[in-house]
Amino acid sequence: MTQLQAGRILIPERRRSVVKRDLSELVIRVALTACGAMTVVCTTLIIYVLASNGLKFFGIADVSPWKFFTGTEWAPLLATPPKFGVLPLVMGTLLVAVIAMCVALPLGLLAAIWLSEYASPRARAIVKPTLELLAGIPTVVLGFFALMVITPVLQGAFNWTGFIEFDAFSAMSAGLAVGFLCLPTVCSLCEDALRMVPDALRQGSLGLGASRFETAVRVLIPAALSGIVSAFLLAMARAVGETMIVAIAAGSMAVFTADPSSQVQTITGHMVSMFLGDVSNFGVEYYSSYAVGALLFLMTLTMTFAGHLVRKRYRQAYE
Amino acid sequence: MKTAAPSLKNAPRRSNLGRQRTEQAFKAVCLVALVVTFGVLLTLLASVAWMGVKYLDFGFLTGLPSRHPEKAGVMPALMGTLWACLICALTAIPIGVATAVLLEEYRPKNSLGRWLMDVLQLNITNLAGVPSIVYGVLGLTVFVYVFQTAATASGPDAWSLSIGSPSGWFYLQLPMGRSVLAGGLTLALVIMPVIITAASEAIRAVPSSLKQASLALGATRWQTIRRVVLPKALPGIATGSILAMSRAIGEAAPVLMISGAVFLTFAPRNLMDKFTVMPLQIYSWVGKPQEEFHQVAATGIVVLLAVLLLFNGTAVLIRQRAQRMG
Amino acid sequence: MTLISNDRGLDMTASADASFPGDLIDRPPLQPEPVATKPMIRISGFDCFYGSTQAIFNQTMDIAENQVTALIGPSGCGKSTLLRWINRMNDEIPSARAQGSITIDGQEILGKGVDLVELRLKVGMVFQKPNPFPKSIYDNVAFGPRLHYKLSRSEVDGIVEHSLTRAGLWDEVKDRLKESALGLSGGQQQRLCIARTMAVEPTVILMDEPCSALDPKSTARIEELVDELRGSYTILMVTHNMHQAARVSDETAFMFQGKLIEHGRTEQVFHQPREKQTEDYIRGRFG
Repeated sequence: MTQLQAGRILIPERRRSVVKRDLSELVIRVALTACGAMTVVCTTLIIYVLASNGLKFFGIADVSPWKFFTGTEWAPLLATPPKFGVLPLVMGTLLVAVIAMCVALPLGLLAAIWLSEYASPRARAIVKPTLELLAGIPTVVLGFFALMVITPVLQGAFNWTGFIEFDAFSAMSAGLAVGFLCLPTVCSLCEDALRMVPDALRQGSLGLGASRFETAVRVLIPAALSGIVSAFLLAMARAVGETMIVAIAAGSMAVFTADPSSQVQTITGHMVSMFLGDVSNFGVEYYSSYAVGALLFLMTLTMTFAGHLVRKRYRQAYE
Repeated sequence: MKTAAPSLKNAPRRSNLGRQRTEQAFKAVCLVALVVTFGVLLTLLASVAWMGVKYLDFGFLTGLPSRHPEKAGVMPALMGTLWACLICALTAIPIGVATAVLLEEYRPKNSLGRWLMDVLQLNITNLAGVPSIVYGVLGLTVFVYVFQTAATASGPDAWSLSIGSPSGWFYLQLPMGRSVLAGGLTLALVIMPVIITAASEAIRAVPSSLKQASLALGATRWQTIRRVVLPKALPGIATGSILAMSRAIGEAAPVLMISGAVFLTFAPRNLMDKFTVMPLQIYSWVGKPQEEFHQVAATGIVVLLAVLLLFNGTAVLIRQRAQRMG
Repeated sequence: MTLISNDRGLDMTASADASFPGDLIDRPPLQPEPVATKPMIRISGFDCFYGSTQAIFNQTMDIAENQVTALIGPSGCGKSTLLRWINRMNDEIPSARAQGSITIDGQEILGKGVDLVELRLKVGMVFQKPNPFPKSIYDNVAFGPRLHYKLSRSEVDGIVEHSLTRAGLWDEVKDRLKESALGLSGGQQQRLCIARTMAVEPTVILMDEPCSALDPKSTARIEELVDELRGSYTILMVTHNMHQAARVSDETAFMFQGKLIEHGRTEQVFHQPREKQTEDYIRGRFG
């Protein structure tokens, strides 16, 4: 026992201040909470800014909300009086997004199946990080690609037929580029969803003599469906909100059409053109951007929220 | 009475050969999908490089934008990107990591607190899905015009406020106007959810046994976070932050809202200076009708991609190193 | 007085799998060793819940000062839960709550106003799996003292050496104190964790199956260490291994389905269990 006491070095007088410790703990907690609160403030501000200025638009523009949401003509600058029917913008936005999804979803899902079911660990170790790298390509670059490569290819492939004529700007060109933009992300998310499926299910199916194709189609995809759906919804939200590609390659005429070879204007495209030119500061067309911005916000919010709900459900199923 | 056991002996079999063919075809289709994915994106990079190589030289990096394509350079845009991203990193990373720490390590016990945390979590999920252009609108309204109450409206009730002097780098003014500070802060809003998500994941991956060891030694919560959790999560946080920064570097839409389409021949000198960034400079070149400027744009893209590759490469290196260390 | 007693009639040297517990019981009973003990930890009327599930029912027991007490019982019987309430590590689990009273040295430790830092300084804990920090061996041991005390460099050196010596690790690591603790073997890591716990000079050490992740040789080493610490610390040790309980503990408490079934001197519990359930468990009839 005496030996023990001899080794005693920690003496109470040398204790660090308990008050200081508790105080700094409190300060830290308050600071962290403040940081967390900032994200809430950010959301609140987004909603406030869009809502208040959007309402201002309805106050000064000669348009009822009913006409705004059902009108098929959008001409805030050229027509007198200006026409504010939002449907052409919504149509353009959806057209581009649907084309993008037609590219991204099948390609992304199939590539994901190859990655998770067929690829050797070595191949995956190379492909997966590269995919992440490609997911980081800036959107301006893809816009440039749409204008310089995709459009000429489309024109070369179709214009000689005489039936379809691709202009320098088209929904198709922009949509394809947006699709390639989303592709790596969709592929990556789908692969994650497939890998989340417990190996026991996979083994069980293969053990019954099913081929990998049968396993993928009958077991894995149904089991990973919610993950795949949520990946799709997130990608869709991204396609709807994508700005630079459509600003470069989709055109600047708001046309109410479902024809992919026509030029279209999207919600984001309109916002860029309005804010960019600094056209008559604080005029009615300036506020129209807030109104369509609010619409865009609601659209993406719905999709992210739906995606979140779906994903939350499949997490519960397998964790 | 005994019923005969059902037998599959005489049931018609599916063709084995057919199944094998389907399997082969499916595998091929999957591989083709992957090859197309990579093929298209690599074609993109190759074509850009092909177009961009013509004007790529040292003068391009140090030069100013010009009406003559052969003289055009990216110096102001490069410096603008540097300024904006520095501001963005200095605000987004601390706030983002702090929020992640709050979310992961300060889980409250009472039900109201837990509800608030769930709201916060959901809020961040949704912020991550907000299109970047909406952040641009937010930045424009809040930072640039301060709800249009201020000088830019140049009404009779206009006001403004300034600290510091325009001759030094530290010069603040409210409303911020179309300044690099407003741009950097807006970019910070864009990447904040990305950083929070990445940092949360990194913090969650710290084994709870380490936290418990620290707590059991009488460390307070913050001491545990600072001395055990954050050091262990640092590689993950760094990787996530770098990837988020590379997103900020490539982001054009929100900056477009803030800075407008400006033709600048100088780099920002203080926080309130006008600015442009690389993606925006590229956008303005792409929009020009002359063929030569498209090649200049391609050269700009090559520079931009080189910067991004540098960032991503660093992130991958950090991750690999952390994995090796265990 | 000698506390390191090899004369308790129990096989101290046997490794974990050497003999069947039945052997222990078949030996003639010993005279209970008269040890003057006062209770260090008093648990009374203690209930504990996870959400709406009750994990421990109305437990009352005293844990003697400077003795080694083993908590035995089948998996899920609440031993680890009880242990983790004594330094309030269960506060980390949002759904966990407790009723009743636990006092250490006469001070109540349940309830809101308790300073957890002070409590955990007094009550150290060693975990199931060795959990050294990803720092150097030196920094692992110095972690606690540096947190709580203002110390000079040489003082920290002294504490590190002293603690490692007591944990029987000093000679093995003195030349590589600056190397990562993760480079040590599992057994060494666990002894490092014990040294780390001792470095803040607790009065109570809780051990939650400290050997379950270790090989028999390392287990024997840890058991020796526990034996050396007897008399200077109140040690409460959860174990699945009844040989271990028999070898190292002075007292044994048997828990079953959240209730304390029997608690007494180790020899008595193993040789003359008062309860049928205890005997069945010790004889390996269930669990």
